[in-house]
Amino acid sequence: MTMWLIRRFLQAGFVILAMTVIVFIGVSVIGDPMEMLVAPDATQKERLEVAAALGLDRPLWQQYFTFLSGLAQGDFGRSFIYGEPALQVILTRLPATLELAFTAIGMSVLVGVPLGLYAGLYPDAKTSKAIMAGSIIGFSLPTFWVGLMLIVIFAVELGWLPASGRGDTVSVLGLQWSFLTLDGWSHLLLPALNLALFKVSLILRLVRAGVREVMPEDYVKFARAKGLTEGRVIFVHVLKNLMIPVVTIIGLEFGSVIAFSVVTETIFSWPGMGKLIIESINLLDRPVIVAYLMIIVLLFVVINLIVDLLYTVLDPRVRIRTGA
Amino acid sequence: MSEAVLSVRNLRTEYPTHAGTVIAVRDVSFDIAKGEVLGLVGESGSGKTVTGFSIMGLLETPGRIAQGEILFHGKNLADLPPKEMRSLRGNRIAMIFQDPMMTLNPVLRIDTQIIETILAHEKMSRRAAWEKARDALGEVGIPEPEARLSAYPHQFSGGMRQRVAIAIALLHKPELLIADEPTTALDVTIQAQILSIVQRLVAQYGTSLIWITHDLSIVSQIADRIAVMYAGRFVELGAAGQVIATPHHPYTSGLIGSIPSANARGQPLAQIRGTTPSVLNLPTGCPFRTRCDHADEACLQEPPMAPDPAHPSHQFRCHHPLALGVAQELEPS
Ligand SMILES: Nc1ncnc2c1ncn2[C@@H]1O[C@H](COP(=O)(O)OP(=O)(O)OP(=O)(O)O)[C@@H](O)[C@H]1O
Ligand SMILES: [Mg+2]
Repeated sequence: MTMWLIRRFLQAGFVILAMTVIVFIGVSVIGDPMEMLVAPDATQKERLEVAAALGLDRPLWQQYFTFLSGLAQGDFGRSFIYGEPALQVILTRLPATLELAFTAIGMSVLVGVPLGLYAGLYPDAKTSKAIMAGSIIGFSLPTFWVGLMLIVIFAVELGWLPASGRGDTVSVLGLQWSFLTLDGWSHLLLPALNLALFKVSLILRLVRAGVREVMPEDYVKFARAKGLTEGRVIFVHVLKNLMIPVVTIIGLEFGSVIAFSVVTETIFSWPGMGKLIIESINLLDRPVIVAYLMIIVLLFVVINLIVDLLYTVLDPRVRIRTGA
Repeated sequence: MSEAVLSVRNLRTEYPTHAGTVIAVRDVSFDIAKGEVLGLVGESGSGKTVTGFSIMGLLETPGRIAQGEILFHGKNLADLPPKEMRSLRGNRIAMIFQDPMMTLNPVLRIDTQIIETILAHEKMSRRAAWEKARDALGEVGIPEPEARLSAYPHQFSGGMRQRVAIAIALLHKPELLIADEPTTALDVTIQAQILSIVQRLVAQYGTSLIWITHDLSIVSQIADRIAVMYAGRFVELGAAGQVIATPHHPYTSGLIGSIPSANARGQPLAQIRGTTPSVLNLPTGCPFRTRCDHADEACLQEPPMAPDPAHPSHQFRCHHPLALGVAQELEPS
């Protein structure tokens, strides 16, 4: 187990290192930040001063190593725009994105798992067919369009929920959180729903397929032959076997929720990392872009690690293999 | 005869499918007395498992009991409310399955799977249930039962898993155990061990046993009576000795002829010609007619189950029974 963990950490380290190279080169080819930062009528001397101050006058590989050594100390450089450390700029936006992601994932599990169970247990019922048809819609409608529709219906027409912003926040550990206030929740609901729609469809289909696969298994028949209640058969014997694919998907989707939140955050003016990265790309704020991408990479690596660890909790057969 | 524990009357089990209605079990009637061992023999697809599941009330949709009664101590299981049926299952009627690799849930510990069965039928503390679980594993000859309780199924061999399944099935000393080919998936030495464990415990608890198999040689060792199934019907039913010594149905006779035996060494094994017809496409009349050497026009009508005049408890379903007496034996074939 420890050997396995060490191996996983080394792998993760290599992935992150490789990503720094890709990210750094990628960012350096998308445009010259000088165009944005310096007034068009600035003199050559002023230009050189700015470039020197930001380290942009040196060759790319030198910039890379400066960046890397900064990275080793947790320093992603300063934002060209805000003049603050890039990491800090992002971290102040992180809570907004995280609570959006968690709410969306929570919604999709709470809705997707029961719907999938129902559709799997009663595949011929009309309700199940409606659920499956609904899931196709959830899959195929583009997120931005659904977001706009949600705003039109619930904010503009019905006036039930606000269309933008985070609402009231509460400060915990120096970070601002919306989910602790009622007003915050009302702001959270629509964007989270927007993000959740696709995941609900995904999870319910996964659960349905799993139920269809597990139900005919002998161990389910044997569980019934033992005289267990139908509730115990389904919620313990069937569901526990389904948790492995569901946890995998939730883990992977958690990363993609954060990535996709770019669209949702823009539509709902949700002041999270997604909105920040779009602004930063527009302004070519390199340190922020790089720091954002690095955080996303780190996030995926960590999520994968957690998913793998959860496997060993959920599936006793994996435990043996990793223990060897 | 003592009062029957289970009495099946004209059972008919159907599966309505897109291709037509599959009649998996038809006109099956038998009794099983307390402590009796009934061997249920037949080739693949003959309806043995469906018979077992019909009794257990575990038919998968769209399967349903279309006709007949399953009387357990006089109570008809076929129309028992699901809740009452559940309280009988795993308690007074139990079942073990063919493939021990598949019968235990891979993600639940052995103790969980045993204790949940105990608590489904009995009120007791978890501690007492745990002790009962440990003793049950000991009964079926699992070494170090205490340690093994916290293991997962994949840490057991096939034979050990089947022992666990047997321990679970016999937790409440059921009155009836349906064993659906529990040794088929195991190698020969393990088969013998499993067989003797079941035999010993069943005798100890006074449990009636239905031992399902396609292997007539196993059944002839353990069964008091033998039922032979073909295409969903019982074609022969009688005391084990009589069925083996004087089979009346040509199909039974064919099955017996195809058992390898010491005194027939070197000779080719007898075989039943042809293959099992599809259940959706059975010949009219006697379903065995197309594979039978004795078939004639009479066989276009399905024969009823008839008793042997000399031994009325020995029944068969054939217009041209073998070995019923000299007269029949001389009948031209
Ligand atoms: N779920 C189902 N849907 C449709 N037909 C079924 C279903 N289950 C069983 N049958 C039919 O019932 C018949 C009897 O099957 P059963 O499983 O009882 O045979 P068996 O004697 O146990 O065979 P085996 O030795 O292979 O276990 C088969 O022909 C099968 O086609
Ligand atoms: Mg079977």
